[in-house]
Amino acid sequence: MLKTYTYPKYEYQQPQEQKERSAARYPVVIVGAGPVGMAAAIDCRLQGIPVVLLDEDDTVSIGSRGVCYAKRALEILDRLGVGDRVVEKGVSWNVGRTFFREEEVFNFNLLPEPDHKRPGMINLQQYYLEQYLVERCVELGVDMRWKNRVVSVQRMSDGVRLTIETPDGTYGIEADWLIAADGARSPIRKQMNLEVDGKVFMDRFLIADVVMKADFPAERWFWFDPPFHPNQSVLLHRQADSVWRIDFQLGWDADPEEEKKPANVIPRIKAMLGDEREFELEWVSVYTFQCRRMQEFRHGRVLFVGDAAHQVSPFGARGANSGIQDTDNLVWKLKLVLDGKAPERLLDTYSTERVAAADENLMNSTRSTDFITPKSNTSRMFRNAVLTLAEHHSFARALVNSGRLSVPAFLADSTLNTADADEFSGAMVPGAPMDDAPVGVDGKKAWLLDQTGNRFQLLYFTDVAERLGGKLDELRGLSMDPVPVEPVIVSEKAGAAAGVRVLHDLQHLVARRYDAREGSVYLLRPDQHVVARWRKFDAHKIRAAVARATCN
Amino acid sequence: MPLTLTLTPNFSEPGKRYFRAFSPGDDFYEMLIEAHRDLSDEQSAMLNAKLILLLANHIGDLSVLREALGHARDGV
Ligand SMILES: Cc1cc2nc3c(=O)[nH]c(=O)nc-3n(C[C@H](O)[C@H](O)[C@H](O)COP(=O)(O)OP(=O)(O)OC[C@H]3O[C@@H](n4cnc5c(N)ncnc54)[C@H](O)[C@@H]3O)c2cc1C
Repeated sequence: MLKTYTYPKYEYQQPQEQKERSAARYPVVIVGAGPVGMAAAIDCRLQGIPVVLLDEDDTVSIGSRGVCYAKRALEILDRLGVGDRVVEKGVSWNVGRTFFREEEVFNFNLLPEPDHKRPGMINLQQYYLEQYLVERCVELGVDMRWKNRVVSVQRMSDGVRLTIETPDGTYGIEADWLIAADGARSPIRKQMNLEVDGKVFMDRFLIADVVMKADFPAERWFWFDPPFHPNQSVLLHRQADSVWRIDFQLGWDADPEEEKKPANVIPRIKAMLGDEREFELEWVSVYTFQCRRMQEFRHGRVLFVGDAAHQVSPFGARGANSGIQDTDNLVWKLKLVLDGKAPERLLDTYSTERVAAADENLMNSTRSTDFITPKSNTSRMFRNAVLTLAEHHSFARALVNSGRLSVPAFLADSTLNTADADEFSGAMVPGAPMDDAPVGVDGKKAWLLDQTGNRFQLLYFTDVAERLGGKLDELRGLSMDPVPVEPVIVSEKAGAAAGVRVLHDLQHLVARRYDAREGSVYLLRPDQHVVARWRKFDAHKIRAAVARATCN
Repeated sequence: MPLTLTLTPNFSEPGKRYFRAFSPGDDFYEMLIEAHRDLSDEQSAMLNAKLILLLANHIGDLSVLREALGHARDGV
């Protein structure tokens, strides 16, 4: 039992099919009500897909797991309708400080640019995130089944058959598509004899959650070789409810059972705090970390997401953050395939795009872990040389790697993109996750990202919204297509156009961030990525780009 | 070659586009550590010595090298 949080217990109900011994088939079944499975379930409901969500447990994440949720994950949570709750409860931060021995050698600001809705990061205990996601699932009518453990998966050409164990015995259901979100040990992956390749880091970390009153600022503090914990690293984060997360690197030889004992943990924390301030232990565990992924995330009708598909060390907070991005990428594609508007091949691009993103995450968290835990004397020597030079020289500060914090991948090599034919500068290339910016909607202040997502959209930049004439018909025509594209006008002047939404580019930041001029157009995917852009509107080119983006 | 030692971030690869400022430096650092993989401490010291000589010749400008040597010696 925690001092600051009571784990909810969600009620098990015997499933209808089990009671009635009837057969049932669903378009989508999700296994695992962790953050990733629930994000997938909510997204399915937003797309109008009925969904069953199975979990072997009946509560949220226990103990010390995810803390940091990054800007992109928050933007997705906004789209899913839980962003505000998560951000209100969480601790927002942008600044990270890195110390070497006694000195601060480096600090970074995750959001050097103002005028984005969400901060670089928030810190929040994983159980709060999960609780809010459960409540949102219930609100949207997800068929949530607690104490339902999947014990076997049988693949069929057009779906899967699951055997499920409940307190009342076993029963079976069928699904057209199965989303496997059953975590790092994924029983489904094992059942299907699929490999997950990578490496284990030969190091152990003591992860303590501590309740204390402290007025340290809401920043990430990272120490290399501090006087209170020589030769190792320490990380401090503030979470909600005056709970602080402290990670102590212990080395490979540490005995996890011994280290977990309060009699050994408390002196470490006292040494770190350096005073007699009172604190209480909330939770303590010892972890080793791994970096690994499956070869492919799609296997016929089974789609792997989150930790089941890939696992990273937590330096960089790329675990849940990247899992939530998996579902962001997957669900709109699944919807088009279920509706017969795109071939199944589209789901292969879920795998290729998210494998590329996973590789970026694995690369960055491996590099951070290697910097934090040098594997040889030479590697340690270089690390310490970087930290020493960092005090005086900016080139060395840029090399200090205490975790490259989760940022979304640019899907610049995706086959779904239409390559630029016109000249643009800036970062909003085809494949880019969209940059946010303030906009006005009906005279009220709003955010670009809140105005996008869930469907294909076309941003049309113009300051003469009232005088578009025939072009307005062409724009509106796009929304009647089999894969509809909603036209949205972005204008530096407040204006109106019959039947088309107008976003007022109040501070000219949309145009600036997207390098847009009069007449520029951006085609956006339902997951808020740029997929094509032109200097001039051409309905034919837009339709070709939509076809390409949907494998049609 | 610049006339003074560059001390601001300066890594890049021609033709490669970087979306994150930390990427080119991290690419270099990984190459560096990778080059030392499986070497003994003595072998690594030899690699480092050869590397310094190669880079010094590439830079060529003795005033730049003098400045770098000064910074490297600093605080050791
Ligand atoms: C110390 C630590 C710190 C971390 N910090 C961060 C961080 O700061 N930021 C971040 O983004 N990530 C962080 N992570 C990673 C994060 O916790 C995971 O990436 C995240 O929980 C993965 O979510 P998931 O939904 O894929 O899997 P899980 O959360 O593992 O959920 C899997 C679910 O599947 C269910 N299940 C399993 N088998 C079955 C079955 N056979 N039948 C039915 N249900 C089943 C389980 O009950 C569970 O609910 C951290 C992890 C650790 C350990």
